[in-house]
Amino acid sequence: MIAFIIRRLLQSLLVMGTVAFIAFSLFNFVGDPVNNMVGQEATEAEREYIRQLLGLDQPFYIQFMRFVGNVLQGDFGQSYRLGQPVLNVLGDRVPATLELVFVAAVMALVIGVPMGVYTGLKRYAISSKLMLTISLIGVSLPTFVIGIMLILVFSVWLNWLPSFGRGQTVNVGWDSNLFSLEGWKSMIMPAITLCLFQLTLVMRLVRAEMLEVLRTDYVKFARARGLSNRAVHFGHALKNTLMPVITITGLQVGGLIAFAIITETVFQWPGMGLLFLQAIQFVDIPVMATYLLLVALVFVIINLIVDMTYYFVDPRLRTEGKGGGH
Amino acid sequence: MGANCFGAAFIAAVLAVGTGVADAKTFRYSTTGDILGLDPYTNNEGPTNTMKSNIYEGLIHRSYDLSLSPGLATEWTQVDPLTWEFTLRQGVKFHNGNDFTADDVLVSYERIKQPASNMTFVVASIDKVEKVDDYKVRIVTKYPDPTLLLNMPNFWIMDKEWLEANNAMDIAEGASVSTYANLNTNGTGPFKVVEWQPDTQVVLEPNADWWGEPQHNLTQAIFKPIGNDATRVAALLSGEIDLMYPVPLQDIPRVNDDPTSTVMEGPELRTIFLGFDQHRDELMDMPGSGKNPFKDVRVRKAFYQAIDINLIQKRVMRGASRPAGLMIAPGINGYPKDLDVRFPYDPEASKQLLAEAGYPDGFPVTLDCPNDRYVNDEEICKAVVPMLKRVGIDIKLNAQTKSLHFQKIGRSGTPWETSFFMLGWTPGSYDAHNPLMQLMTVDGEGQGTWNSGRFSHPRVEELTDMIAGETDVDKRNAMIAEAMEIHRDQVGHITLHQQALAWGVRSDTVADVKQRPQNDVDLRYVTMK
Repeated sequence: MIAFIIRRLLQSLLVMGTVAFIAFSLFNFVGDPVNNMVGQEATEAEREYIRQLLGLDQPFYIQFMRFVGNVLQGDFGQSYRLGQPVLNVLGDRVPATLELVFVAAVMALVIGVPMGVYTGLKRYAISSKLMLTISLIGVSLPTFVIGIMLILVFSVWLNWLPSFGRGQTVNVGWDSNLFSLEGWKSMIMPAITLCLFQLTLVMRLVRAEMLEVLRTDYVKFARARGLSNRAVHFGHALKNTLMPVITITGLQVGGLIAFAIITETVFQWPGMGLLFLQAIQFVDIPVMATYLLLVALVFVIINLIVDMTYYFVDPRLRTEGKGGGH
Repeated sequence: MGANCFGAAFIAAVLAVGTGVADAKTFRYSTTGDILGLDPYTNNEGPTNTMKSNIYEGLIHRSYDLSLSPGLATEWTQVDPLTWEFTLRQGVKFHNGNDFTADDVLVSYERIKQPASNMTFVVASIDKVEKVDDYKVRIVTKYPDPTLLLNMPNFWIMDKEWLEANNAMDIAEGASVSTYANLNTNGTGPFKVVEWQPDTQVVLEPNADWWGEPQHNLTQAIFKPIGNDATRVAALLSGEIDLMYPVPLQDIPRVNDDPTSTVMEGPELRTIFLGFDQHRDELMDMPGSGKNPFKDVRVRKAFYQAIDINLIQKRVMRGASRPAGLMIAPGINGYPKDLDVRFPYDPEASKQLLAEAGYPDGFPVTLDCPNDRYVNDEEICKAVVPMLKRVGIDIKLNAQTKSLHFQKIGRSGTPWETSFFMLGWTPGSYDAHNPLMQLMTVDGEGQGTWNSGRFSHPRVEELTDMIAGETDVDKRNAMIAEAMEIHRDQVGHITLHQQALAWGVRSDTVADVKQRPQNDVDLRYVTMK
């Protein structure tokens, strides 16, 4: 197990190195940050001076080597746009995104799994069909349309919820939205917007798996044993549907972080996604590079956790492991 | 009786709290992007400069109507053609309590002219700054500079002791450097920074010790950038912010229909224009031909007359623009009103001119255009394309994000890699010499940085050099007019329009705000109900 984790972590270094290299080779095509930094009145000599100062006159592989060299010393550089160390800028944003993704993922599971079970069990009920139809909207409407619609209804018309930003946060070691009513008011619309796609996915996945599992012999056998419906549905059937749900949800957390770019832009949610989008517009190379590294790291870790969860959920993997020892 | 007393006391308490809240005047405003930092000598960018001008002050103040008035200097006189003497205001304190004296001006000059500074253009003509006594400085210029005073409002004064104590004398730029002055402020201005949370908010409060008589009635101001247009409009309509700009053109009627919001429109100083490559011997789109049609003024004029600016004004800009005949807008120092006349839209004359020039069937060319810089920039270009196709030009559109667009048409890398391009310009000094130098001439130190088509006319070059040093206002204005007229008649660029400002304002909270033509909010002039 430990060897497995170490091997995976070493692989992740390779992945991150590759991501950084590809990223740097692409930065040549996003434009010139100097114009954005100095303003229109700067003379060519001044532009050239800044360019040299930032090392932008060098070919990309040298810029890449310098970046890697600095990163190995723990220096991720300075944001061109905000003039602050990238680690500080990004560090301020990580909690905002992680909280949003966490709430969205929990909502997707807490609402999605029961809905999936329900629609799986009561296949022909009108309520099931209604849920399935509505869930189609969740998959087919683009995120920004949902976000704007929510803002229109709950902010402009009803005036219940703030249309943008994190509002009042509480410091609990980090700035958090989870510990105050004001925080939740700001959080709820972005979280719904972000989770809708995942919620639909989880619900449809659980439903399909339930239908599958309910036909299997051991469920019939369980019924024959006279177990209660509840024991059959949740004890036997649902448990066996969870493997793919865990995989998908795990992988989708990465997706949620990526999708957060759009949600964060619509709601001016000061997270990593918004930071990254603005970094692209400004050609803020240090921020883009660090963000991409971080996202690569997140994906690697999530995959690792998913693999390890299998190990605990599926007893077969454990016995095979022991069997190998004999 | 006792109950009544209690009731009365309760009501009184409520009233007290009520008036307490009413007295708190918080002004919340928003635009598309956050400020780029707080160091007064880096990032010469509109909204960033405006924020800094609330915090820092120059020797001279530029009012909302562009007029100049005393700032940190109470008066100034010209001793000889090269020397100006400024008398400094006494009793002014920086936000940290330090006294403002001549030493602060001297140290600010040393700092602003460092190579990493982005504001060197405001002191470009200054040779040296001398201290006469604690409250008098002498500025000596390298040559007689008629625009010296115009540049002074952007020469923000910093505190010597504060810079030294925090080791912030060097302007920080690039990786792994300390940026104290970029994150902290200490000006003399009417507002102090309480907090800057990047991409979330800048919180300001009035400087109680400010030397002037405040015109605003604010107790707090919060700047909250919102990047998404629709969200920004929603935030205004839901009352979460009191003012925002720009209002997207298609949303102007909607904001006006709202009973508690209204759109303030007004002219902006930026002129939008198209330029041609008049330098290369062979047009980039015509390899092997050995020809550059844009060297012929008839071709340039044909392009000009093929574009129906009134249609663009009506349809693309929805009325929110002012068609322009000159490279400078009304309000810019030296603007010659009589010359601001466009050539008429006339596709027949255009075809005729192309035929005379030897291109009856047109020629291929690519129009480079930004898609996220100016109001409806890409849409304007999309409208221009069919208009030019109609007179036979085989035109392609290359619209891209501003970082790529300005890299392509700019001087770095492959210089001016464009044949036909869109650009917009607000003169940084509010003076006509600035566009003449940056856009309409090529020869001379630091000249023609954004003259991407390399337009050059011997008389305009000569006039521009003379205008730089001419201190007689009438003579100077006559020279500006002559240069502008030559440029117009030679069709150095196709001037399109000045876009209109559109600010969304809550009419239930904002009593008055001055709309400055450089499209920014000066908190000095905001009053709340």
